[in-house]
Amino acid sequence: MRVGVVTFPGSLDDRDAQRAVRAAGAEPVALWHGDADLHGVDAVVLPGGFSYGDYLRCGAIARFAPVMDRLVPAAQGGLPVLGICNGFQVLCESHLLPGALIRNDHRKFVCRDQRLRIENASTAWTGDYAAGQEIVVPLKNGEGGYVADERTLDALEAEGRVVARYLGDNPNGSYRDIAGVSNERGNVVGLMPHPEHAVEPGFGPTTDGLAFFTSVLHQVVSA
Amino acid sequence: MGAIVVDVMLKPEILDPQGQAVAGALPRLGFEGITDVRQGKRFVLTVEGEVTDAHLAQARQAAETLLSNPVIEDVVAVHALDDSEVSAAAGAPA
Repeated sequence: MRVGVVTFPGSLDDRDAQRAVRAAGAEPVALWHGDADLHGVDAVVLPGGFSYGDYLRCGAIARFAPVMDRLVPAAQGGLPVLGICNGFQVLCESHLLPGALIRNDHRKFVCRDQRLRIENASTAWTGDYAAGQEIVVPLKNGEGGYVADERTLDALEAEGRVVARYLGDNPNGSYRDIAGVSNERGNVVGLMPHPEHAVEPGFGPTTDGLAFFTSVLHQVVSA
Repeated sequence: MGAIVVDVMLKPEILDPQGQAVAGALPRLGFEGITDVRQGKRFVLTVEGEVTDAHLAQARQAAETLLSNPVIEDVVAVHALDDSEVSAAAGAPA
């Protein structure tokens, strides 16, 4: 299985994401934001970083990158896409996911190991977890506050589209402690914390993040 | 040379951490009686010649697609500036 990882100007976790893909047993494929081609990959990761679009809003300009012209319809057609941190912001700005990410309520950058609960273990990216499983992965963001209107939040809860929730202190003021959400079909997932930094023993607090990347290898079976 | 202003504000129900930081600082500086602050964004789009209806229509479209995110923000104004305001708004030296 070939998993593309898109590099935008300012992406900084693209190499880590590629490494996580390889650790999971898939072949990472580097994709460039300015190239309007997905090169036949079977899934895509939008990594974290500080995209040039952050000058306007997080991910706002990245959303109009040529690669996104191909990615958006492919994701709507069922291609598994995982957006981490800045990638989550890009997915929200692309309207592939509902809601938006705003500046942390305490206005400070936060970097720590974060406890999460996997709420939905039936998405393309969480199938190797158990629903309700608690994991610890790094979190680092300045604009990680997940917001949406009440109706959208209620719909996300009712449809089981809250993929992960913060446990313990809410690190950024995200509404209803939401750390990640999915689209209706479950192939597109956005996550603010960083599972790609917790896939190898000795690097990161745990290896709890690896299952995000192994899940997508098995998702074809259940799709 | 004409200019069009686009003002964007966070929707009232969305938390505005930056506005809250400013609101917290005002009383410390002796500005009393201000109960809330919301911080918005102003874009000044400069165009060739006079501002036309076509320019304004384009600016409204840009405001809805790129300059604002309708999920969290409202476009509260799109209008042409008159000549006396243009150089000041564009940040040109007086």
